[in-house]
Amino acid sequence: MEDDIRELYQEVILDHGKNPRNFRHPEDATCEANGNNPLCGDKLTVFVKVGADENIEDAAFEGRGCAISVASASMMTNIVTGKKVSEVDALFDIFHKMCMGEDIGETPEEFEDDIDKLMVLSGVKQFPMRVKCATLAWHTMNAAVHGDAATTTE
Amino acid sequence: MTATTTILKSDTGAAYDVAAIRADFPALSLEINGHPLAFLDSGASAQKPAQVLERMDQAYRTEYANVHRGAYTLSQLATDNYENARTTVAKFMNAKTPDEIIFTRNVTAAINLVAYSYGREFLQAGDEIIISHMEHHANIVPWQLLRDAIGIEIKVAPIDDAGNFLLDEFKSLLSAKTKFVAVTQISNVLGTIVPIKEVVRLAHEAGAHVLIDGAQGIVHEGVDVQDLDAEFYAFTGHKLYGPSGIGVLWGKLDLLNKMPPYQGGGDMIENVTFEKTTYRDAPARFEAGTPPIIEAVGLASAIDYVSNIGLTNIAAHEQGLLAYATDELLKIDGLQIIGQADNKAGIISFELDGAHPHDVGTIIDSKGVAVRAGHHCAQPLMDRYGVAATARASFGMYNNTGDVDQLVGALNYVKEIFG
Repeated sequence: MEDDIRELYQEVILDHGKNPRNFRHPEDATCEANGNNPLCGDKLTVFVKVGADENIEDAAFEGRGCAISVASASMMTNIVTGKKVSEVDALFDIFHKMCMGEDIGETPEEFEDDIDKLMVLSGVKQFPMRVKCATLAWHTMNAAVHGDAATTTE
Repeated sequence: MTATTTILKSDTGAAYDVAAIRADFPALSLEINGHPLAFLDSGASAQKPAQVLERMDQAYRTEYANVHRGAYTLSQLATDNYENARTTVAKFMNAKTPDEIIFTRNVTAAINLVAYSYGREFLQAGDEIIISHMEHHANIVPWQLLRDAIGIEIKVAPIDDAGNFLLDEFKSLLSAKTKFVAVTQISNVLGTIVPIKEVVRLAHEAGAHVLIDGAQGIVHEGVDVQDLDAEFYAFTGHKLYGPSGIGVLWGKLDLLNKMPPYQGGGDMIENVTFEKTTYRDAPARFEAGTPPIIEAVGLASAIDYVSNIGLTNIAAHEQGLLAYATDELLKIDGLQIIGQADNKAGIISFELDGAHPHDVGTIIDSKGVAVRAGHHCAQPLMDRYGVAATARASFGMYNNTGDVDQLVGALNYVKEIFG
């Protein structure tokens, strides 16, 4: 169990949790959404600038939450910047499976680096109560780019 | 460990045998993640003694049938058990008569019953009701539903930063418009003990009726409803070492009998025709359908268990633990306790610098420590303190200083991880 805890709270996660990247509100965002975990009261807002060809030119977030949810949002905003919306959809699907402990199948070559990075969050699969913490930012991103104003993990 | 001496002496002078009590609760011998369970979440729901479990098992095996219907032996036995449980509850809270005891699903159901039935019969647009800033959602949302339906106004009695209920401020909110007051006896987040007797007195002077949410209060303080003199009091079985699925609404009988039914169905009627139905008096009027039969038996058994040890003795034990835990927790660098009212029950909400309550909850669970992390169904109170969530340790009759020490050790492990 303590190994699972150490795996969940790896240095990378603690670092992103304490010093989140892209923690800001960009003025030129083209879409945003609020994410809310009603069970714990954690809230975050994801801002995305989608440019020509559905290309994500910038992603950022604000809000408060646990180390897992903040680290996940921080890493997500790094990873999705420069990708197309459809690629982010595909990555979300893979990430969700990782967190649920499901088989992610053959890793698409173009996502290899990203999946390597996201793998540090897959420790949540040992903690079913915490899966929503890891996926809240992604659900919110999904809502932002697909036009829903708000999402919850329920 | 000087605190142990105070803890082991009850105010009656008899030894409080926490080891013997612990031995009655099967869950307390569980190992969680390789550590003995330190169960510090009784404020959410308490563990059950073997006596309650065995009584319920026996009743299911040999005394079970539906109640209030059927002329056969088992049905009579089940009915007697169910009604005897009502009498046990009535004595426990010193109700005038068992007819004042309505079995509900939980406190939430009890408050919704009052908000719906009393609210729509006796309140009207423009009337004001007062709740406090530290109410559980169960004592906020039913009143908001009523407000949206009939147009009452909800006022909020403030607390100070330490979490004290401010009687003077409450008094200044009272007016001729105030028709109802609904407050908690003990805050489930801050542990604050509200001076409910004063609240009732002041509310009555203003001509308002009062409901007390006794979810925590019945466990840590108990109640004498005749002495308190409120109109309604609600509590739940599962926090009182009894089963979930059963709660109690106590109400003054003449008032209950003036209230219309909340839900319609079997058992609550006098006579039904398709043109007109007449209703029975309380409590039957408010117990439509098959009730929580065995849960009532379990609740009565839990009350017997608690009464046998004595609520005063339990409260004294918990006060000793509260003092010990408060001292020990405050020794942890970066830990703040939220809620330091002058008069508190065994509930401690806290924050640890740099560690979110959910992370705290997950990490200390790996050391066998169970606490609640979250908003505790009291978001307006969280907003009052500018936090989204807290971690909360709450004590029951079976907790000991070892549980507190295990919590402190686990919190130091959190600090080790978060650096």
